[in-house]
Amino acid sequence: MGTITSDNAGAINPAARAADTHAQAKPAARETPTGAARALPAEPLVTIEPRRSWAAPDLGELWAYRELLYFLAWRDVKVRYKQTALGVVWVVMQPLLMTLIFTVFLGRLARVPTGGVPYPLLVYTGLLPWTFFAAAVTQGASSIVGNSGLITKVYFPRLIIPAAAIAARLVDFAVAFAILFGMMFYFRVGLTRQAALLPALVVLLALLALGAGMLVAALNVRYRDVGVVLPVVVQLWMFVSPVLYPSSLVRAAAPRAFRLYALNPMVGVVDGFRSALLGQPLAWAPLAWAAGLIVALLACSAYVFRRVERSFADVI
Amino acid sequence: MRPIIRAEGLAKQYRVHGAEPTYRTLRDALSRTAGAPLRLLRRAARRPRRETVWALDGVDFSAQPGEIIGIIGRNGAGKSTMLKVLSRITEPTRGRAALYGRVSSLLEVGTGFHPELSGRENVFLNGAILGMKRAEIARKFDEIVAFSGIDKFIDTPVKWYSSGMYLRLAFSVAAHLEPEILIVDEVLAVGDAAFQKKCLNKMQSVGEGGRTVLFVSHDMNAVTRLCPRAILLDRGKVLRDGAAHEVVSAYLGTDHGASAARAWDDPALAPGNEVARLRAVRVRDEQGRVSPAVDIRRPVGLEIEFEVTEPGHALAPNFHVFNERGVNVFVTNDLDPEWRGRPRPAGIYTSTAWIPGNFLAEGTLIVGAAVSTLDPTRVHFFERDAVAFHVVDSLDGDSARGGYAGPYPGVVRPALRWTTRFEAAGTPPEVGAS
Repeated sequence: MGTITSDNAGAINPAARAADTHAQAKPAARETPTGAARALPAEPLVTIEPRRSWAAPDLGELWAYRELLYFLAWRDVKVRYKQTALGVVWVVMQPLLMTLIFTVFLGRLARVPTGGVPYPLLVYTGLLPWTFFAAAVTQGASSIVGNSGLITKVYFPRLIIPAAAIAARLVDFAVAFAILFGMMFYFRVGLTRQAALLPALVVLLALLALGAGMLVAALNVRYRDVGVVLPVVVQLWMFVSPVLYPSSLVRAAAPRAFRLYALNPMVGVVDGFRSALLGQPLAWAPLAWAAGLIVALLACSAYVFRRVERSFADVI
Repeated sequence: MRPIIRAEGLAKQYRVHGAEPTYRTLRDALSRTAGAPLRLLRRAARRPRRETVWALDGVDFSAQPGEIIGIIGRNGAGKSTMLKVLSRITEPTRGRAALYGRVSSLLEVGTGFHPELSGRENVFLNGAILGMKRAEIARKFDEIVAFSGIDKFIDTPVKWYSSGMYLRLAFSVAAHLEPEILIVDEVLAVGDAAFQKKCLNKMQSVGEGGRTVLFVSHDMNAVTRLCPRAILLDRGKVLRDGAAHEVVSAYLGTDHGASAARAWDDPALAPGNEVARLRAVRVRDEQGRVSPAVDIRRPVGLEIEFEVTEPGHALAPNFHVFNERGVNVFVTNDLDPEWRGRPRPAGIYTSTAWIPGNFLAEGTLIVGAAVSTLDPTRVHFFERDAVAFHVVDSLDGDSARGGYAGPYPGVVRPALRWTTRFEAAGTPPEVGAS
């Protein structure tokens, strides 16, 4: 481009300029550069060029940044628990109060059939995965815009941000689990062998939250009214998922419509949690469908996110 | 040696704000999609043209391992965009850059610092954000805290920190990064200068080969002080690339509309009257070369060439030197005994006034040139902004700064002779017997 090349400047030895900082500084503070440059790698570590529109996420890079994921999630948790005066109390009270209210209105007054399970346990086993999911998706959605300070100043795989926001919610999730075990003890309901499914279910739920969270996070950067629409969608989604009632209610009332109903992956997941915790027979078909759907969603979201992430710093 | 950074034709296009919002609403997008078939019919009618601008427009450069390069240029010249592209915050529209080393970018001090978290927690968080491993931060933690000098408050939330403490802690984390390539924005322009210099030295000198540092700044003195090499960007292109003091003075020269030498070839346009007329003014270094930048330690000559057209007048050429702030640093009159008070024959005269080294302060100096008759006073011409030059201190340690890297006030900067009388503590005063 007609510019002066830098080769001449290469002759200047920067090591010769390690001047002392301050008249008062100790002379020992001066490091002695050896001048012998370490060998450069044959291939560039980083190549910067315009990317193809649709590229697969770089899993190796994500793995390399796993500690950042941990720190960002840790920050979210720490700040949240520090900022609210009630801290943990609020995390404990929220699902308990919801359970109490639903028990009074749906359990006692509307008499939702529970198949012999105490209603508080039924609703809590539904609220447990649902509350995590709803909070994770909502947090994930606002995470990119909320961390614009990082995005415009430092490079790292942007996927880390919604992933960390979702991971931070796992702490609340764990607290909620502790409450559940307290309730089960109170209602004298023990865990069965089916509880062995729980880790897999937690992974599935977290992946679903990640898939949905990534997608809305990417959309939220482009379309700022996603934040307005999302709570409504989440609310509606709760009612079409077996959170406040058992899915058997739908199956019994409308066997044909149940197929349509079970397209919602949260049906399989919430049912799965409930069965695993309360030792009820597990409906494999909706769960298998949910698992398949979650993998597909995750892949789609990852591609969409990667396509949009290139412009984050320019758009935010 | 092979370069550690090689950039070829880097270009970045931005859509101009205002022409179209950068983000839209879902509602608009949906209604637009719904209306798409309709619009297809009348597409030919009007299609809004997108206003774009090339913030970077084909930048080529390479950097050797261990080089410290200052990136300078006016606002909007593309400096920040270049740093953002090289630190992978934003993608180039065209071009390619290959980096043969790990990169850390410091475009802000304390990126990710959270006010609610303690100093200790923020060190870990900020370190991780800047690309350090947890084990690495843990290993360097004590060193980082000691470097910052705020160990007493390390467990206090940073929201209670003074801005100085905040910066020191943030800088300390940054100074302990160990990338091969460090990209630093204006951030270093804040905070106390001695600490900044300490950080830059630390960043550059730790490790085997020394870091390669790209440093964007508006502070020309800092660039000449810290960087042996500079790149001048202008409208997204590399305008100049070379030794920092040359690039800086080229930049400042264009800025002030003045250069180190100016000649008036056409006598009709030259300043002057029937007695004397200006022909040229030049700034020369010790070796007699015309030079826009001079080392603060070396003498500099101001040269005036003028023609006397009417003989018989006693003439005194004189210079009026102003600094960047418009302060008249000094006025000097020709005291050469050979011509002092003596009527001059017609002809061309070239007079030089030598300013000693270690006298002027760093910065740009603007020289006014005049020829006068002193008694009775008559000014034949006075060209106020005739030439300009730049005094640079490369901070090699033997200038009047004495190694101090911070802002150094004063209109002049003489290196004075100091004497000290010393009496060792505890020595009893001699009691005279007499």
